[in-house]
Amino acid sequence: MDQAIRRFFDSDLWFSFTRSPVTIVSAIVAAICILGAVFAPWIAPHNPFDLASLNLIDAFKPPAWTEEGAREYVLGTDDQGRDVLSAIMYGARVSLLVGISATVFATLLGVSLGLLAGYLGGAIDSLLMRICDIQLTFPSILVALLVDGVVRAALPREVHADIALFVVIFAIGISEWPKFARTVRGSTLVERNKEYVQAARVIGVPKARIMVSHVLPNVIGPVLVVATLNLGLAILSEATLSFLGVGVPPTQPSLGTLIRIGNDFLFSGEWWITIFPGVALIAMVLSVNLLGDWLRDALNPKLR
Amino acid sequence: MSNAAPLLEVRNLRVEFPTRRGTLVALDDVSFSISPGEVLGVVGESGAGKSMTGAAIIGLLEPPGRIAKGQILLDGRRIDNLRYEQMRRIRGKEIGAIFQDPLTTLNPLYTVGRQLTETMTTHLPIGPAEARRRAIEWLEMVGIPAAAQRIDSYPHEFSGGMRQRVVIALALCAEPRLIVADEPTTALDVSIQAQVIALLKRLAREKGTAMMLVTHDMGVIAETADRVAVMYAGRVAEIGPVREVVKHANHPYSAGLMASIPPLDRRVERLAQIDGAMPRLSAIPRGCAYNPRCPKVFSRCADERPDLLDAGTTRAACWLYALEAPHG
Amino acid sequence: MFAFIVSRIFQALPVLLAVALISFAMFAYVGDPVAIMLGQDYTQAQRDALVAELGLDRPFWVQFATFIGNAAQGEFGLSYRLSRPVADLIAERAPATLELAFTAAALALIVGVPMGVYTGLYRNSWPSRFFLTFSLIGVSLPTFLIGILLILVFAVWLGWLPSFGRGDTVALGGWTTGFLTLTGLKALVLPAITLGLFQLTLIMRLVRAEMLEVLRTDYIKFARARGLPNRAVHFGHALKNTLVPVITIVGLQLGAIIAFAIVTETVFQWPGMGLLFIQSVGAADIPVMSAYLLLISLVFVTINLIVDLLYYAVDPRLRIGRGKGGH
Repeated sequence: MDQAIRRFFDSDLWFSFTRSPVTIVSAIVAAICILGAVFAPWIAPHNPFDLASLNLIDAFKPPAWTEEGAREYVLGTDDQGRDVLSAIMYGARVSLLVGISATVFATLLGVSLGLLAGYLGGAIDSLLMRICDIQLTFPSILVALLVDGVVRAALPREVHADIALFVVIFAIGISEWPKFARTVRGSTLVERNKEYVQAARVIGVPKARIMVSHVLPNVIGPVLVVATLNLGLAILSEATLSFLGVGVPPTQPSLGTLIRIGNDFLFSGEWWITIFPGVALIAMVLSVNLLGDWLRDALNPKLR
Repeated sequence: MSNAAPLLEVRNLRVEFPTRRGTLVALDDVSFSISPGEVLGVVGESGAGKSMTGAAIIGLLEPPGRIAKGQILLDGRRIDNLRYEQMRRIRGKEIGAIFQDPLTTLNPLYTVGRQLTETMTTHLPIGPAEARRRAIEWLEMVGIPAAAQRIDSYPHEFSGGMRQRVVIALALCAEPRLIVADEPTTALDVSIQAQVIALLKRLAREKGTAMMLVTHDMGVIAETADRVAVMYAGRVAEIGPVREVVKHANHPYSAGLMASIPPLDRRVERLAQIDGAMPRLSAIPRGCAYNPRCPKVFSRCADERPDLLDAGTTRAACWLYALEAPHG
Repeated sequence: MFAFIVSRIFQALPVLLAVALISFAMFAYVGDPVAIMLGQDYTQAQRDALVAELGLDRPFWVQFATFIGNAAQGEFGLSYRLSRPVADLIAERAPATLELAFTAAALALIVGVPMGVYTGLYRNSWPSRFFLTFSLIGVSLPTFLIGILLILVFAVWLGWLPSFGRGDTVALGGWTTGFLTLTGLKALVLPAITLGLFQLTLIMRLVRAEMLEVLRTDYIKFARARGLPNRAVHFGHALKNTLVPVITIVGLQLGAIIAFAIVTETVFQWPGMGLLFIQSVGAADIPVMSAYLLLISLVFVTINLIVDLLYYAVDPRLRIGRGKGGH
């Protein structure tokens, strides 16, 4: 372990990290966002879901630095007297949860299908890649919307409310798997013709075993980069779906939900209810994207 | 060699590339001249600075490369310090250029006719109809069959050799007095190379165009050039009449280079080779750049850099030809 | 030329068929259309009658063929939510979306291409640096946040422009246009910027990258070596070569504009197809969703075809078999 840590700090990756101020700032911002989200129940100043603590007298308080602001509500309160900062921290939790889960789901699906297509080739390959082509013709947000709509129609209303979170994860994951499948298929096509795979085939290792324990470890590198870059996109997709009102259920508001709710009060001048969640969303997505860009360039300068 | 006033004169040219790790000197103290109608061959290994010299003359050094010292004179007039627009009027009109790879030199989206006519109407006081007539003439002159029909063809519709003929027509069509030809045959099939060189030589002679012919093909030089300059690590190592340099090179590097050409008239067991490799620009040795590889090296070579010295038949940058006896 | 178009149409057919199949599967199998149409109380006899009337008892392929036949005539059945023919709903909403998308695309192209050329040619000048920083923001901001910010600044704080709706429209035959009234034009400004901004920055970055790439090529160096004026080198030789990849991406982006119109229309309550679609997703209104899906894919396929034709027009290397000698 000790050695592993030392090896990390000696690596090119760490070196290129220390040489890029933008990356360092992004890492700090991302860390604040992620830590704030994960530990929200313990460090948030208020619990926005504790109805007992809500008081309508505290509603529509502007941020603390304005004249009418209250010190206990740094970023102000919303229409029900909820602390905006706390709502953002809890909301980021949901956004991050959905973003990561959807990316993991898309990765698992894409990697498995890409591996199958690349290694087996033939009709399976043609079919899967054709599906990828068709799906990639459509913007992923449209696919996610459709999947969400279809599931919504297929399920009874009561059932849907319970599993809405999973529906969103499923919809976003489905909309993004082709990118992973293409990446993995490409590298698999290269790997399958290398000597070590042929050697494994010659000594009779089963196909499934070759794919999982021989090819997979060698094609997973680029996937990690695509996954990082995809995380920001998945968070944005969730925010967009929730903003459109078809994302996560209102009982578990994400950043997108908060922005949608706050949008109603924009005209009466309570801008902080929608702008601060928006800023949090941008900070999170931008920092994750910049980290992904850096990782891509640092791991493989040739991969564009 | 020639007694006429030189058409092009390069004096003590120094080209630098500022990089993050310090300034690289790509060309240093390069001097030579070309008389009207003369063909100067420039030879050397890859990276010796041949193409860089050509780029400096036509004023198209890749940034951040820049001329740090020295002068380039055309007809006695300095052209190295001209503004972009003034130099642009000279390019194509006074100095034509031919590049290495005909597959990438022509714009794929325009017909060859359009590329010819736009060059001519830019530089010559003629209208589009006249330019088109001349374009057909030029295509005929460079040996494109059925020129009147092929003028509206796109570059991809020609073979590599034919495309290089088009490039030659483009370089010559505004009737410049000097052509800078940068490895004009390297990218072509061997069977085509001789044809293209013969064409270039013939047109240069007919039009009285002087030429700076950059190549690493000694056969082309021997056949085409009047004089030859041998470059090594960004400097001119030796310059003189082609016959003398090829047969009786005075600089040990030129001698080594010529010895490595396989003779056609007898079998040899092993080709002569020069041990080691040309230094990188960031690690050019002190003194004569060639001294670590030179069979005739002596103490002075490692300390001081030789200028071009009179070596009888040629001029060579080698301490062997210093007037005082070599000491050490 | 004609053969080229025909071959491209044949290549597009499988995509359209696949999408039609998905649309139909949604239409026929998702939820229970019969129950939805009949409402709360119905008898088995009523149900059977409706099933027979809708043809739901017939084999899959027959139903599919009927579906396609109806779709080709613009017949998509009734909206569950509004109980009106889907075709009418879409026809009412289409002009709003198309005008918005057209304006946004025009904005993205007219501003994005020159900015890309400029930043490619003068990449170290300070306007270029400013444009690039600005474009980074444009690429990272989600569309709906851009819309909200624009509303906050220009509608709420400054009060210059309206924040929702289309303003007054003029009916021209079956088409309602907002282009001809002042309120219509004013209402168009913020939504069009919101929708076009992302595409604008994307096009700018793309043109810049391509421009930098092309400026490094030998044929540009050779054009300079021939002493052509900068204007001819930059806008004749370089820009035209840049166009080939740009056309592809721009084509794809036009499709994306129509898709992202869903978000923009929601932010600005713009009465277009996107708003209709999102309301249908919320209400699980399958006939509208499947009709929208089919329509959008038709638009995408058409755009792809146009892109291919433009390609053909720009790049002579694609015009094989023109009977001009060859090698």
